[in-house]
Amino acid sequence: MTTIIERRAVGKPLDRKDGPLKVTGTARYAYEYRFDNPLYLFPVQSEVARGWITSIDATAAEAMPGVIAVLSHENTPRLADTSDREYAVLQSGEVAFRGQYVAAVLAQTLEIARYGASLVRVSYDEEPHDVELRADRTDLYAPATVNPGYPTDTQEGDFDLAFASAAVKFDETYTTPMEHHNPMEPHTTVALWQAGDLTLYESTQGAHWDAGTLAQVFGLDRDRVRIMARYVGGGFGCKTLHANTVLAALGAQVAEGSPVKFALTRQQMFCGVGYRTPTIQWIRLGASEDGRLTAISHDVVEQTAKTKEFAEQTAVATRTMYATQSRRTTHRLAALDVPAPSWMRAPGEAPGMFALESAMDEMAIRCGVDPIEFRIRNEPEIDAETGLPYSSRNLVACLREGARRFGWADRDPRPRVRQEGRWLTGTGVAASTFPVIRFSGSVARITCAGDGRYVVEIGAADIGTGTWTALTQIAADVLGAGTSDIDLRIGDTTLPEASVEGGSSGITSWGSAIVEAARVFRGRHGTSPTQGDQAQAAAPDNPQAQRYAMHAFGACFARARVDADTGEVRIPHMTGVFAAGKIINPKTARSQIIGGMTMGVGMALHEESLVDARFGHVMNHDFATYHIPANADAGQFDIAWIDEEDTHVNPMGSKGIGEIGIVGASAAIANAVYHATGIRVRDLPITPAKLVR
Amino acid sequence: MKTFRYDRAGDISGAIATLAKERTGVFLAGGTNLVDLMKLGVMQPDVLVDVRRLTSTEIQDLPDGGLRIGAAVTNSELAADRRVRSRYPVLSQAVLAGASGQLRNLATTGGNLLQRTRCVYFYDTTTPCNKREPDTGCSALEGFNFGHAIFGASRHCVATHPSDMAVAMTALDAVVRIQGPGGERELPITELHRLPGHEPQRDTTLEHAELITAVDLPPPGFASNSRYRKVRERASYAFALVSVAAALHVRDDVVRDARIALGGVAHKPWRARRAEDALRGQPAVEESFRAAAQAELEDAAPLRENAYKVTLAGNVMTRMLLDLSVS
Amino acid sequence: MGVEITLRADGRGYRIEVDPRTTLLDALREHLGIYGPKKGCDHGQCGACTILLDGMRVNSCLALAVAHDGAEITTAEGLAAGGELHPMQRSFIARDAFQCGYCTPGQILSAVGMVNEAQAGWPSQVTGDAADGEVPLTDEEISERMSGNLCRCGAYANIVPAIREAAEAGRFW
Repeated sequence: MTTIIERRAVGKPLDRKDGPLKVTGTARYAYEYRFDNPLYLFPVQSEVARGWITSIDATAAEAMPGVIAVLSHENTPRLADTSDREYAVLQSGEVAFRGQYVAAVLAQTLEIARYGASLVRVSYDEEPHDVELRADRTDLYAPATVNPGYPTDTQEGDFDLAFASAAVKFDETYTTPMEHHNPMEPHTTVALWQAGDLTLYESTQGAHWDAGTLAQVFGLDRDRVRIMARYVGGGFGCKTLHANTVLAALGAQVAEGSPVKFALTRQQMFCGVGYRTPTIQWIRLGASEDGRLTAISHDVVEQTAKTKEFAEQTAVATRTMYATQSRRTTHRLAALDVPAPSWMRAPGEAPGMFALESAMDEMAIRCGVDPIEFRIRNEPEIDAETGLPYSSRNLVACLREGARRFGWADRDPRPRVRQEGRWLTGTGVAASTFPVIRFSGSVARITCAGDGRYVVEIGAADIGTGTWTALTQIAADVLGAGTSDIDLRIGDTTLPEASVEGGSSGITSWGSAIVEAARVFRGRHGTSPTQGDQAQAAAPDNPQAQRYAMHAFGACFARARVDADTGEVRIPHMTGVFAAGKIINPKTARSQIIGGMTMGVGMALHEESLVDARFGHVMNHDFATYHIPANADAGQFDIAWIDEEDTHVNPMGSKGIGEIGIVGASAAIANAVYHATGIRVRDLPITPAKLVR
Repeated sequence: MKTFRYDRAGDISGAIATLAKERTGVFLAGGTNLVDLMKLGVMQPDVLVDVRRLTSTEIQDLPDGGLRIGAAVTNSELAADRRVRSRYPVLSQAVLAGASGQLRNLATTGGNLLQRTRCVYFYDTTTPCNKREPDTGCSALEGFNFGHAIFGASRHCVATHPSDMAVAMTALDAVVRIQGPGGERELPITELHRLPGHEPQRDTTLEHAELITAVDLPPPGFASNSRYRKVRERASYAFALVSVAAALHVRDDVVRDARIALGGVAHKPWRARRAEDALRGQPAVEESFRAAAQAELEDAAPLRENAYKVTLAGNVMTRMLLDLSVS
Repeated sequence: MGVEITLRADGRGYRIEVDPRTTLLDALREHLGIYGPKKGCDHGQCGACTILLDGMRVNSCLALAVAHDGAEITTAEGLAAGGELHPMQRSFIARDAFQCGYCTPGQILSAVGMVNEAQAGWPSQVTGDAADGEVPLTDEEISERMSGNLCRCGAYANIVPAIREAAEAGRFW
């Protein structure tokens, strides 16, 4: 048991604190701090996917008025630590993927820098490249672990035997394409190097993490690096440290005291700042006649970069979702001449649950059981992966409440029998899950500001997640103050250390630190502190995490309409019911969920990064050709929470909800499209071309 | 972007005279396609001659009952004009299916006609493209061509024209009014855009320094019974997989006349004359419509990834003609 | 190389010298320090740069500053007159119609421009041909008309009611 905080502000749907700044366009994102005479940096990117630079001709660029310098591996300062090849920017002539930074122009204006970059001529000794992910490759290998440290393969019982003797069998392969995060704000850095101190205004999910890594890469004392990131225009996992930041810092070194501004173009967002690996997922299920799963296997093939391993944990959710005696999950990687993949909203769960929850739908149909009933019938007692009991698991309640709200009763399971005008209609359901993740190392500092007011400092991030407001609410409750009495400061490495915003871990990690700091503050200064009284603390480890498996669960429902003539798909309505412990702020939490589910619409229907194997890079590298949902693609969302009391997860009783929204969405949609059309699409995205008859 | 000289001429003749002397110059109107391409280095003009305020911003009634649309009329204004909406609904619908509200507020009639293909290889200066650089090859032929042509392509170029407005104007037999160094002339819109042949770098038949000054629509006739349908992957704000513009004249359950044009299928808006010929005199029933669509699609030459366009075009043509026959 | 132009932004006049290649977006941001309009794609594909230009919503990233000498521009900062938030801005806060906030200034200006267009009777792709006069802003109309403003955070389901409620509250331009 963890002592749960008293909730007064927590649980209220407060308006965002950062609202007025954001709606007036006065919240300052990284590029938007004013400097006198900044310099602008524009990169030159490789036009081969593999090879060596043989020459760089920068004469035309250097001759252009306004160009200060052209950086390349021939003249750029040496980095102290190049062990992580992603950060070894302009350190050698080796090219590891198409689009890698091979030079950069520093100039007095953005227009001059960009045009100058187009005049730099790079020659290469080109080598054959390999960028194709296929399941039949003979060089697939098993990584030591899959992110963030799970076993690569797992096995319970004897899958082959159980599957062979199953009364009902299912055996299909699903694929998800490469996807790019595409936050609305591109990666942005403004770097200033002065007297050995590096200052960055950065669009990042983890200012402290970035600063620590940069210090290592540049061989600096940690306290010589300062990063500010108060407002960040979205991340979804890609706004961690990539080559662009290192390049900006190198530019600042060369610029000797002038600030260097570097924002990626949207085109450049498709290369080198992370992406979700494509996946090829082989799912086999065996069940008894009465629809009880006796065998589950989930074998994943996905890609990584030759230069840096990233192993997406695609089959991990399958280890915990359903009860069975025999289960096997495996992950195999193809190392390619590509940039490194990175975490993209619900890494592992998002692609993995598309496959599993589509397969569960297909299997339910095969067993003649309603898809909701099928899942309930296979609900586990304990977490098979760890052997531990769940701290709380209310998937069944989510399915049942969702069914009630959505109107699932009396659903005719037959596909392709409902038509309204030219629209075929159907409904689908899928389960969602996301683990409760806590990163250690976050520290909060509380200072009494007099008159019942407090300053609360922690280097946390708000990338649209609502951190500014949620942490204010938690601080208010643990300090016995009103939310307007809390002056929260986040997004700066001069503030106490904070873990990266990722893994839906923010509130758990940072909130716990604030709770602990308040406890220490009260212990030291009592309930009537004087101005200047201060306390600082890190969240203690949670021993409950060794005794319980901690996950949030949810159920996602979709209504699909498919045009009988064209195969165009519309999702006019989705329902999502989630059991995620206590909801800190229902207004911002609902936004997280509709945001995740809307991204799920994109995952299901639109998104696909197309790599042309002849060249090695993504060809559809802009918003006109890489489609994310537009306003007309988002329908109505009905979101509800199961009131779940979990005293084990953290002092707030909350579970992370930033990613669970996307997890079940794509399968719910695929299942609804099947119900509407009778066409089962196992390869995302579900485009009209795949449905038109 | 390469530097350029910005020139604002005082009148049309001056603009033409200026551009005639600048072989590497272009006209600038709304800029919504030109500036886009210049940022990527796809087009690198040395001179921009701004004509946005020179040609007419009016939509005038013509004595014969048609309309004259000034080249500087914005897409928004064109789509909102009550005469266009009631007499040539296919045109209003086509314009509204294109781009976004913001783009339609700046994009002009002239500029919309002259917009260039959105082929990803054309847009990427690091991949071979005969349209951008003759004799470097067509990367789409063996590449990603699910959005490319099923009619009229050549092995030099399989790109499609992206304008919705042009498709509707093609169905309406619009006439483009042009002024150039050689004087004024008129051109049926079907002769404005080219098929790629062995010169894909030439999108249109316009000579250098020729300026579109207006587009004339003939008297509506049965155009008031017309419609535009655009099929795309997203519900809005995306280019067409396939689009259809059609006008239908039915009397006594027999098709008297039809006008059909297809978008997203060729280097120019595709006037479906075979379908039109197949329809005249036929009973206004689904079988006739489907047969007419088949007649047009018989000679479609799909690429590796775009065979679905043939099915799609057939279905949409059939459905639209059916809807028009009962309205 | 520089060309002198005049711009009026949020009620203030400015005289600046710009590279002909400079867009209105970069003129506002880099020359004038007005950062409300944002660079999301720089190619007219996302709408984050939306401003009101002579009263109309446009993508400032595709407008060359030299071609818009003398333009009257409104950004999100200018909507808040005398320190009071505009009804559209208040509605966005009330409905939580934003998350990271990067597309938000563009969304709000686009919404204001769009409401004016509907009030002027301009149709959209989902409006019938027969409709005349002011177009009622149903959710379908709002969604369609706002599709030129992408939001990766996926706040659309809140953006639509925020706009609808602000529009219903009355005329405000």
